[in-house]
Amino acid sequence: MAVMSYLEAGKAALAAEMRDDASVWALGEDLGRGGVFGQYRGLVDEFGPARIVDTPISEATIMGAAVGAALLGTRPVVEMRFADFALCAVDELVNQAAKARYMFGGQGRVPLVARQPIGMWRSSAAQHSQSLESWYAHIPGLVVVCPFTPADNYGLLRAAIRCDDPVVYMEHKDLWAMTGEVDEAADLPLGKARLVREGSDVTLVAWSGVLRAVEAALPLLQDGPSVEVIDLRTIYPWDRDMVLDSVRRTGRLLVVHEAVATGGFGAEIAATVAGALFGNLKAPVRRLGAPRIPIPYSPPLEEACKISPAQIAETVHGML
Amino acid sequence: MDDTPGSGQDFPVIARFEVRRRSYLAPDGAPLRALPSFASDLDLLLALYRGMVLTRTFDLKAVALQRTGRLGTYAVSLGQEAVSIGVASAMREADVLLPSYRDNAALLWRGVKMEEILLYWGGDERGNCSSGPPHDFPFCVPVGSQAPHAAGVAYAFRLRKEPRVAVCLFGDGATSKGDVWEAMNFAGVWKLPLVFVANNNQWAISVPLKLQTASATLAQKAIAAGFAGEQVDGNDVLAVRAAAEEAIAAARAGGGPRLIEAVTYRLGDHTTADDAARYRPPEEVQARWKEEPITRLRSYLVSRKAWGKSQEEQLAAECQERVEAAVERYLATGPRAPQTMFDHLYAELPAVYA
Repeated sequence: MAVMSYLEAGKAALAAEMRDDASVWALGEDLGRGGVFGQYRGLVDEFGPARIVDTPISEATIMGAAVGAALLGTRPVVEMRFADFALCAVDELVNQAAKARYMFGGQGRVPLVARQPIGMWRSSAAQHSQSLESWYAHIPGLVVVCPFTPADNYGLLRAAIRCDDPVVYMEHKDLWAMTGEVDEAADLPLGKARLVREGSDVTLVAWSGVLRAVEAALPLLQDGPSVEVIDLRTIYPWDRDMVLDSVRRTGRLLVVHEAVATGGFGAEIAATVAGALFGNLKAPVRRLGAPRIPIPYSPPLEEACKISPAQIAETVHGML
Repeated sequence: MDDTPGSGQDFPVIARFEVRRRSYLAPDGAPLRALPSFASDLDLLLALYRGMVLTRTFDLKAVALQRTGRLGTYAVSLGQEAVSIGVASAMREADVLLPSYRDNAALLWRGVKMEEILLYWGGDERGNCSSGPPHDFPFCVPVGSQAPHAAGVAYAFRLRKEPRVAVCLFGDGATSKGDVWEAMNFAGVWKLPLVFVANNNQWAISVPLKLQTASATLAQKAIAAGFAGEQVDGNDVLAVRAAAEEAIAAARAGGGPRLIEAVTYRLGDHTTADDAARYRPPEEVQARWKEEPITRLRSYLVSRKAWGKSQEEQLAAECQERVEAAVERYLATGPRAPQTMFDHLYAELPAVYA
């Protein structure tokens, strides 16, 4: 097993897929110099500028060209730099990539990966900080992935590139430097959650960067309730079975995500659990998410938007 | 007076551009200049003619089906048949067509069956699994969104070192979309094997060209993207075919993209959901009937003694018969079962759909 950063893991995954499959290529702005965060550094040296492709700054056509090239049988990896910028390409992603297989009567498929980093990161302000995974979870035809660990960023990016459907792949910007062990031989499936820790009193479902706050909250709960933690990893299709099995045992559910709470994917999980397990629930389902405001530029205000370990611990205590 | 900024002073001129307009046949079918070499192939000219006549017959029938509740919204190509036919006839089978919703003629030329086209416009996506080349794209109903796809298709050819060309058709309105401009810019930067064809039929639903752009031509929009644009008489199938042939050959040879602006006129409504008489003076339409492409090519063929009344009657009967037979097959196709609504949503339907 190798120790890698989250960033290196993503790069290694792309490189591995590009070595295995000549039809895999990447396109986006600034890829030649290594990507705006360094996620592509060195790849152009190995694979050349025809497969690590610098594009004009036109998100819609970066995505649209990837749709066309994917329909011709290649596997493009699209770099959008920020999920916020990817909004310029939503028409291509939502109206074209997600629907082509369906509207073409199954004759075409769009095996593209749209990498669009999410999350609050170093006071990046309202247009560079959003977590928009629930937007894409709403769109039939798309797969949505939010990896948290370096191992998952490696395994899930490889799985996303091999997937025959369009995948919205959302890395969290605040995790780039986080290191961890990566088993390069492991075969990770999309659509399966990761059981982070077993517990018997409360099921806590989270994904992406906010899991750091969850990890920091656990010591605060050391002598209290036993918390089962699930990292959802794939937002759509989500691992409903693992979540329902867990809540069936614990009788309590808390969903934590960095995205705005209103209309967040936590609402879908909460409604599903309430519908399926109403009789098993020992406490009302709870959700924690950001307030419904643009992410503030001001560092103290940005910090106040983040879910804190203390907030998580307090919420868990309140459910007992 | 020259209104170029800096004119009248001794600043050097650093760039000059020109756009030419290609035409071979006058509206009465008389040759205006030496014809392109393919015009000596009479069989080809007759095929172009038959393709246009079949399209018009098919269009008329499709409208009748829509008016009687047996087809959904349909866009006729009345008066613009030469654009789709001229372009499609210049393509190779391995090339990829990215059509707009008005390019029925191009699809027919490429081997899509009439009943498949009817099935699609009748609201059944099975019509998109057509008998045409499987790599061709189906009708693009959103305006201009096929242009970025064309850039990707052409890039895929480059990546795989295939000598193929992407051919992307759209209307005059689409040239106002960022998608089309961005795709042209990509094609220019990457020098892609991609031919853009703007069917300039003067009207984007009810918006006339002068409200669409202040540009003197659409062809010149290519110049800013770093490649050549040419205007052709879009009612002259010889001009469209010749321009497409040259552009496709140049693209295949590594010469990069081109834009062809085919100037024509939308003699019909935008679609069956439109009534152009509400916003378009009838005199304008009447005047344009004198320029339409089918009569023009027929006049030329007659002047070459290659066509006459009996052939015309025979062709009309044959087209009618083929269209009627296709309509029968279309109407005999059973509806899709409701449970097929989840088909083709994902490669494998996720468990959460259970």
